[in-house]
Amino acid sequence: MKAALGALLGRELALAFRQKGELLQPLVFFILVISLFPLGVGPGPQTLQKIGPGVIWVAVLLASLLGMERLFRDDFNDGWLEQMSLSAVPLTLVVLIKVMAHWLTCVLPLLLISPLLALFLHLTADMYKALLMTLILGTPLLSLVGATGVALTTGLQRGGVLLSLLLLPLFIPLLIFATSAVDAAALQLSYNGQLAIIAALLLLALALTPFATAYALRVVQG
Amino acid sequence: MWKWLHPYAKSEKAFELCARLLPWLSISAIVILATGTLWGLMFAPADYQQGDSFRIIYIHVPSAILSMGVYSAMAVAALVGLVWQLRTATMAVAAIAPVGAVLTFIALFTGAAWGKPMWGTWWVWDARLTSELILLFLYLGVMALYQSFDDKQQGGKAAGVMALVGVVNLPIIHFSVEWWNTLHQGATITKFGKPSIAPEMLWPLLLCILGLALASAALSVYRFQSELMRREIHRPWVQAQARKEHSDAV
Repeated sequence: MKAALGALLGRELALAFRQKGELLQPLVFFILVISLFPLGVGPGPQTLQKIGPGVIWVAVLLASLLGMERLFRDDFNDGWLEQMSLSAVPLTLVVLIKVMAHWLTCVLPLLLISPLLALFLHLTADMYKALLMTLILGTPLLSLVGATGVALTTGLQRGGVLLSLLLLPLFIPLLIFATSAVDAAALQLSYNGQLAIIAALLLLALALTPFATAYALRVVQG
Repeated sequence: MWKWLHPYAKSEKAFELCARLLPWLSISAIVILATGTLWGLMFAPADYQQGDSFRIIYIHVPSAILSMGVYSAMAVAALVGLVWQLRTATMAVAAIAPVGAVLTFIALFTGAAWGKPMWGTWWVWDARLTSELILLFLYLGVMALYQSFDDKQQGGKAAGVMALVGVVNLPIIHFSVEWWNTLHQGATITKFGKPSIAPEMLWPLLLCILGLALASAALSVYRFQSELMRREIHRPWVQAQARKEHSDAV
């Protein structure tokens, strides 16, 4: 079982790295969205610093939605998913591995590029530290909850807009707690409370969403 | 209870139950809603501070309460559908969602119309307003997901999963926006003991809530019947029913 799951992770990573174009898309999108904001609201450092955490988080939400769309699409189309749901490996674990691979390939680059964007938006070192902590705890939550939404829309034509309608309302608590942590850091206050809540939400999602996602995949396969 | 419920997994029995319930629900809804609204709008005393404009409470509060109540009804139907794999329960999810969405919209709209004279603004990013808006998005998500499946059986199940994901998230969303920002007044009538509203204003409000609840139930039951007929169009009982209604009409 362990060997099967390891092989699965290897497969996912290999597939992701062989489609370098698709791998880069969310990253480029992320940088572009963020560089639009100084142009839109004006280059004043104070304004940018104030809206910075919110802008980065909204851009992360949108970029991860963009990268998420094809999480199950190809596997659904070529029948691999059907074979997987027949195999001895539980579909919940398969889902978990796929989400993990997606996080490593699509979301981790966003985190790695984030220092640059923090410079763009004039975030202070304290704010950046808080932002990074919320991103590390919050983005796996995004991927886990997102996978459920993606599973529900897999196999649908024009699932993209529907996916954002389904998922964005669910991400609101995360957005609120993450930006409030960074705001607290900007005022030199402690933000452990917000981090603890995001971590709690992450654990809840880790416990529940693989089952919901696996069920949703079984539903869309009919 | 299971013994009592399980016949209604069959669509024909469910349809018959609805046909029996519908006249009672709709007549009592019309009577109670008319009484409550007329009493509230015309005879209840005006508020000492807000004057007559407080009377929108008789529409705003019932629709706000029921927008959440209807969501829980939808979630219960979704849970029943997922756990016992009842086809009729997933049809109920699809039938209930638009009713709830309309109630949520009414609550938001009347809230905006009430906010303008009282707070001086149509909209504020207050906790309750925001969570009501998110509730509307959740309803729209469930409806859009259901609509986008060609196979309505699949669509019903998928919408059910979405409704349940929403129900887990609703308290989280509610508390997060509560901590985030709040301007809305506290609950007026859920306080046990002494409600902070005069009894002559409270009674018509309670009537309105009950009336609107019955009206939502009647609308859901009616929509559920249409859903049953649309989904089971190839069954003999639906065709017999359609012939009967046609001959009644002629």
